[in-house]
Amino acid sequence: MNAPLRRVGVVVIVLFGLLFANLNWIQAYKADEYRTSDYNGRVQVAKYDRKRGNIEAGGTALAVSKETDGELKYLRTYPGGAKYAHVLGYEPVNGSATALERAENDFLAGTSDQLIVNRLRDMVTGDTTAGGNVLLTLSKRAQDTAYDELRDNNRGVAKGAAVAIDPATGAVQALVSIPSFDPNPLSSHNTNEATAAYNRLEQDAERPLRNRALDEVLPPGSTFKIVVAAAALENGVTKETEIPAGASYTPPTSSEPIGNAAPSICPESKVTLMNAVTESCNTGFAKLGGELGPDVIKEKARQFGFEQEDLTVGRLGEGGLSVAASRTGSMENPDGSPDPAALAQSSIGQRDVRMTPLQGAMIAAAVANGGSQMRPYLVRQLLAPDRTTVYDTANPRELRRPVSGQVAADLRDMMVSVVENGTGRNARINGYTVGGKTGTAQSAPTRPDHGWFIGFALDSDGKPISAVCVVLEEAGDGGSAEAARIAGQIMRAAIADPGGR
Amino acid sequence: MTIAATPAPSPATAGERPGVRMARSRRNAELSLLLLAMALVAAYGAMVEAKVLDTITPGFWVPAAALTAVFLGVHLVIRFLAPFADPALLPAVALLNGLGVGFLRRLDLAKAAPEERADLAIFAGTGGRQLAWTLMSVILAAGLLTLMRDHRSISRYAYTLGLAGIVLVMLPAVLPASISEINGAKLWVRIGSFSIQPGEFAKLALLVFFAYYLVRKREVLSLASHRFLGIDFPRGRDLGPVLVVWAISLLVLVFEKDLGTSLLYFGMFVATVYIATERVSWLLIGLILFFGGAYLAYVLGETVGGPFANFYLRAQIWLDPFAEPYDDGYQLVQGLLALGSGGLFGAGPGGGQPLLLPEVQNDFIFAGIGEEIGLFGLSALLVIYLLIVERGLRAALAVRDSFGKLLAGGLAFTLALQVFVIVGGISKLIPLTGQTTPFLSAGGSSLMANWLLVAVLLRVSDAGRRPVGGSGGTVTRPSGPPEQLHGAPTEVIKP
Repeated sequence: MNAPLRRVGVVVIVLFGLLFANLNWIQAYKADEYRTSDYNGRVQVAKYDRKRGNIEAGGTALAVSKETDGELKYLRTYPGGAKYAHVLGYEPVNGSATALERAENDFLAGTSDQLIVNRLRDMVTGDTTAGGNVLLTLSKRAQDTAYDELRDNNRGVAKGAAVAIDPATGAVQALVSIPSFDPNPLSSHNTNEATAAYNRLEQDAERPLRNRALDEVLPPGSTFKIVVAAAALENGVTKETEIPAGASYTPPTSSEPIGNAAPSICPESKVTLMNAVTESCNTGFAKLGGELGPDVIKEKARQFGFEQEDLTVGRLGEGGLSVAASRTGSMENPDGSPDPAALAQSSIGQRDVRMTPLQGAMIAAAVANGGSQMRPYLVRQLLAPDRTTVYDTANPRELRRPVSGQVAADLRDMMVSVVENGTGRNARINGYTVGGKTGTAQSAPTRPDHGWFIGFALDSDGKPISAVCVVLEEAGDGGSAEAARIAGQIMRAAIADPGGR
Repeated sequence: MTIAATPAPSPATAGERPGVRMARSRRNAELSLLLLAMALVAAYGAMVEAKVLDTITPGFWVPAAALTAVFLGVHLVIRFLAPFADPALLPAVALLNGLGVGFLRRLDLAKAAPEERADLAIFAGTGGRQLAWTLMSVILAAGLLTLMRDHRSISRYAYTLGLAGIVLVMLPAVLPASISEINGAKLWVRIGSFSIQPGEFAKLALLVFFAYYLVRKREVLSLASHRFLGIDFPRGRDLGPVLVVWAISLLVLVFEKDLGTSLLYFGMFVATVYIATERVSWLLIGLILFFGGAYLAYVLGETVGGPFANFYLRAQIWLDPFAEPYDDGYQLVQGLLALGSGGLFGAGPGGGQPLLLPEVQNDFIFAGIGEEIGLFGLSALLVIYLLIVERGLRAALAVRDSFGKLLAGGLAFTLALQVFVIVGGISKLIPLTGQTTPFLSAGGSSLMANWLLVAVLLRVSDAGRRPVGGSGGTVTRPSGPPEQLHGAPTEVIKP
């Protein structure tokens, strides 16, 4: 019986060989796939072993990890709450983080290459140091004002956004979207609670998770006249040039006449460009657009930042929150010739023109900053876990130069006139030069209009301090006036606390 | 049997009989290996505490010392009652058992609240209970060694054991699911909070019966045959018992919903028949019957469902565990992720997250350990299992009587098959079935049964290596297999 016993021995070796080969397959070849699998709870557990760094603005911590007794050692909490939710995002146990929690994850989690020295030190000492801290440019005062004023707007509007940036640097002073949400339940270690909270927000018809300041594109209405005016100023028109206007204008091949918001606005046959902007004269700009042609207007809009699809706001130069592209849409017939009706409507910011609130603020900022548009950013500085070593201090840089200094000065005068004499009076601030442009944009035939305001504040030396865009969705009559009022409040707060500290 | 097939490594000392070293008990080697194994277990306990508690408690050595004490007791029993037993068996088994206790204690540490961790009592938790089971199992094994001075003596109880085995196998199948079903497999008998797996003992009892039955019938089974396609096939009437066992194992498969146990019994039986008869045809018949039956169960499970549905589901999970990663495939997926997370070197003792694994103290203990000791550590564990199995087979080679050969060979192969079924199951080599991992899994039944198995192997190896009537004494060599009697009509006359 020994021969079969020996063969059984061989069979056993073969069986164990199969086990061994299979373990090699799993633990060597497939190891990385399994280690990082979405179903692998170890990924999350390991992540929570290290204290995630703070996100702070103006010396106040807006996102903090607190030690717990549970299996996951640290709980991510957001003392900033709903006010900062769209900027900070949230870091859930299951699923992926959003906004800056996602964009700055490597640094916050301590896995960034920049923090390798810390990790090497940890290997020696056996400690686990916290992740790095991210300091934001936001002005706490401006952000709080923007959120409070927007939420308590006198039009009772539930949806809207506000952005404030420092025109000279591009540092974002405030970035608010309403309705907002409380991010704290979303980062709960009780994943059932977190999922329930997420589902509630996700199914909310008002879409509170959406960052309307960056992701929403709406027809800009009259605020787009600044772009058209800039194009006109570069094409032989001055601010004192008289342009054709009138109570009503029906473009060729169109059956829909374009009128003005009120009979008192530019009923005369000609007005100066200055007055056309100040009073927001629709007929004047519709005719002006017809003169300039679609290519000139589209090109000017593009120079102000329209059509840019890859803009991000976060750390200067890399990553951050993505920004939806603003569009001018088509102003031509299918055969490529200009469509006068589309051109006329597009020139007053209707038809297929769409703009993000951030884009509106960037137009105002470029005008206020002498024609130089700075790249917007949210992350001022990265601070190592020990809070002494500083990485990546933001170094502001120009994004583009949409208009010359002369054109910018003319646009600035006209926008100041809007606030001092025209539709934007609600934005006035004592002791500061404030300019702006209101906008009332038709949304859908049966829905109320959107109210817009873009503007800026200059100090007595003419130095730009803040540029703002406020939008109140479907605010109806008086929406743009309320937007102007809110913008004025935000700029006031930004003057008191410019942020970036 | 030929001299050339001698398994003994040093031909100089080999006498007429294969595998026998004269007059060398090698008990001191066993003692040194045992102490080495226990030092490893103690070191493992210290590493776990250092990682989980951030400190090594003054009592870290207590479980290892308790194990050492009982294993030394077994060593003494062997020294006096089985002095020529294989010296590698006890240390290898002791190492596995010690690591199992250590890992289960590590699970207890992970489960305990942080402030309770440092003063976890020695017999507390799963690890402590496993330690207690180990003590009882080892005492039982030592008792068996003491009572059974000659392995042939148990052949007297062959029919009793065979009947007991069948009863034990069928018991969970006929009992209501409420007291026999855990995790979808009806393998248990639960009395209150206490549960035993009768199958673990049944396999020992059945093997004793098989060995006895086959030794008596081997000539009929091996000689009377029809030649077909160049292979000698047994006569129909001799197939009877084989078909009965096949039917029983399929019934186990269907009614106990457990492919692993079924595979284990059937593989055990086929292997012993093959060893007894030396006929490859039995292997072919066995493999065809088993895989045919499994395939049939799969097809029936897909079309008819009913009692076959469980098997079909398990096969589906095996084919694609990630299809329902949080539902049906959860266990296997988590097992694979644990193994993969361990990688080549593992997270280190105490460094893994074994509590993420379902059933980590039972079926998935190999994956849980694998996360912490990595591919290198698991390979070492496999080698230890292989060592035990091959030493068992070697005892079978060395022993002189057919009953002992079949018994030791069958037991060794059964152990190997069980390791294959469970380790292959959790690593997606074969469909996952609920088997215990010998000597590692928490549970008294499995531990006791496997220690009894080791006691029998020790006893057989002692008999095989014991010098007979002085060195080089003449021994009647069993004659080789008799000539084939093709187409033999009826009884075979012994030459």
